[in-house]
Amino acid sequence: MASAASARSKAPTKAAKANPNKSNVAEFSKDEELNAYREMLLIRRFEEKAGQLYGMGLIGGFCHLYIGQEAVVVGMQMALKDGDQIITGYRDHGHMLACGMDAKGVMAELTGRQGGLSKGKGGSMHMFSKDKNFYGGHGIVGAQVSLGTGLAFANHYRNDGRVSMTYFGDGAANQGQVYESFNMAQLWKLPCVYIIENNRYAMGTAVTRASAQQDFSKRGLSFNIPGEQVDGMDVRAVRAAAQKALEWARTGKGPYILEMQTYRYRGHSMSDPAKYRSKEEVQKMREEHDPIEQVRARLLRNKLATEDILKEIDARVRSIVAEAAEFASNDPEPDVSELWTDITL
Amino acid sequence: MATNILMPALSPTMEQGKLAKWLKKEGDRIKSGDVIAEIETDKATMEVEAVDEGTLGKILVADGTENVAVNTPIGVILADGESADSMPAAAPAPAAAATPVAASQEAAPAAAPVAAAASVPAAPEIPAGTPMVTMTVREALRDAMAEEMRANDDVFVMGEEVAEYQGAYKITQGLLQEFGARRVVDTPITEHGFAGIGVGAAMTGLRPIVEFMTFNFAMQAIDQIINSAAKTLYMSGGQMGCPIVFRGPNGAAARVAAQHSQDFAAWYSQIPGLKVVQPYTAADAKGLLKAAIRDPNPVIFLENEILYGQSFEVPKLDDFVVPIGKARVHRVGHHVTLVSFGIGMTYCVKAADELAKEGIEAEIIDLRTIRPMDTETVVRSVMKTGRCVAVEEGWPQSGVCSEIGMRIMEAAFDYLDAPVMRVTGKDVPMPYASNLEKLALPTVADVIQAAKAVLYR
Repeated sequence: MASAASARSKAPTKAAKANPNKSNVAEFSKDEELNAYREMLLIRRFEEKAGQLYGMGLIGGFCHLYIGQEAVVVGMQMALKDGDQIITGYRDHGHMLACGMDAKGVMAELTGRQGGLSKGKGGSMHMFSKDKNFYGGHGIVGAQVSLGTGLAFANHYRNDGRVSMTYFGDGAANQGQVYESFNMAQLWKLPCVYIIENNRYAMGTAVTRASAQQDFSKRGLSFNIPGEQVDGMDVRAVRAAAQKALEWARTGKGPYILEMQTYRYRGHSMSDPAKYRSKEEVQKMREEHDPIEQVRARLLRNKLATEDILKEIDARVRSIVAEAAEFASNDPEPDVSELWTDITL
Repeated sequence: MATNILMPALSPTMEQGKLAKWLKKEGDRIKSGDVIAEIETDKATMEVEAVDEGTLGKILVADGTENVAVNTPIGVILADGESADSMPAAAPAPAAAATPVAASQEAAPAAAPVAAAASVPAAPEIPAGTPMVTMTVREALRDAMAEEMRANDDVFVMGEEVAEYQGAYKITQGLLQEFGARRVVDTPITEHGFAGIGVGAAMTGLRPIVEFMTFNFAMQAIDQIINSAAKTLYMSGGQMGCPIVFRGPNGAAARVAAQHSQDFAAWYSQIPGLKVVQPYTAADAKGLLKAAIRDPNPVIFLENEILYGQSFEVPKLDDFVVPIGKARVHRVGHHVTLVSFGIGMTYCVKAADELAKEGIEAEIIDLRTIRPMDTETVVRSVMKTGRCVAVEEGWPQSGVCSEIGMRIMEAAFDYLDAPVMRVTGKDVPMPYASNLEKLALPTVADVIQAAKAVLYR
């Protein structure tokens, strides 16, 4: 408890220390604010619905919700260029939605139906889209870091100006292959932005109990990879950092590390009661740092949107999610012949 | 007392090399530690240091001589006051004088060129009348990569020492010079990381050839091979393939002990989503590697260090490709079927020659591909002979031979006149000691004995 409490109070300070200059927060136009609000809300509502469907037994197995972390992927997406690739671990629903993958297809994959993005054969942790440059969806903690570095290798090989945005968590940051990848990425100056989503818990283990170096932006220091800590609850801060990092990688300077200080409200997976942290800790984050509420408050305060407009957005998002859930609940399971397809080409 | 300088062995599998250059001339004083000559093998160039002191009395093997067998006297060191004339030129010396490696002539199987037996039916992929050239497995592998790299810019090779060093086993010799550092990529010693990088690059459509210095080190990377390379196509509902080749020497070399002597054929062959290839001849090495590079799936390409230097006939064709998944009848016979692959074939080939002297005509099936396994060719042969011995260097439990036996049970039980037998490596980690190592591996005698057992002779 004590350590969790101290981690809680420390994180914002650390972010502030790392980014003393408040101008590191991007100025958003009205459209950008509204867009960020809509995108984050879609993820939030989608995940809440997924949680419901899980409770109803429609989704099985592992299901890791992204609730609380929405600003990270939405802010990053606001900075990328067409063609940049995205790859992440198993907490991937938010990334897929932010990449523009169809909510119906994602939800139907969660329910294991034929209309799922992987025809029902991948599930929550394994979806891909070449069209949207989304490379998964990987269930082995840390594996996506080498794979994402491989995407960057391909960009470098083809000299096509693309950047690989490789996401992983504070837990994965302790895997050996992460550092093997850091070494080669810097050695070969690969265009890769490593986004460490530090939500403070690797499953049930607090960062303070797992990491000798808790400043993840420094994890690339011995390879001379620059990094910075970012307030991952503020979508404007994320976008500002993303722009800087993407520019760095795209102009041939090599990889860049962004530690996104964020928080997941739910347990590690649906079966996790999250007894390792207090209700108060979660409550405090929700009340004081919620990424969506921050944008909502700004929109209203700056008179960029009325309550009615926000309600309208909310209603549209709810209807997208309801439609996705409807489809995912009624779509048939894959044909039994699918058992034997897609093993080799 | 005069001492012979012997041709040193640079590795446990080296049997001969080229005496590239003498750095001392007759009459020169030599101190222990002086570099006296340079020798070359197909794998490496090395300097020879003197162990003994004295005067270089006589050079017995001249600069530039090729194919000098290990332990051949190449020069004579005279003690003070001795005369060169008093020395018998090639007298056996009491001790090897020039090398830190105590070479054992009998450690490795003979590397004599293996000519295709007259009874071998031409492989269907080789048109009749095709001219043949003799080349080593090593050269065949290199040519396969070079040809595919010339044809497709998406093909590149990465791994430890593949570029500037020219390959730890010289399989990538010359590739850096032809294709440059963009396409021939030296990696740090970081198997897990570069295997993952290769898989990621393949997911974008590039065609990496990832060389493992040996497959023993691929265990560090096996998660990426299985969980990422093999399963992604299925998990993505067919959207995201992974056209990648993982290749390198596999199985026991010679005298390198347990951690460096393991056959992974059975391991990888269990994984849906992978193809697993293990060639024996140079022609198959070339044709199958080209097929593997073109294959849209992850292919595990298992080579063997001892086979690298062996020579075979390879068809002289502009584009010789051997299909993955097809076994080859290496020798036609009608009494007993011997099934093997890779280095296991060497035991079968010799055993069949011996058996023929006793009137037993063995048919040899070279599987070439372990997965997908060409059961049909094996079964067709077993239906003819009614008897089968399966041979591999790997361990017996859950091995490739176990699989072959089971498939024959499922498909040809009624044709069997005897239970299928297997000859495998022993169920022990590989020992270092020369005598124990021999005991741990299959032998030609084991194969002969098993063949006679299934024939009840």
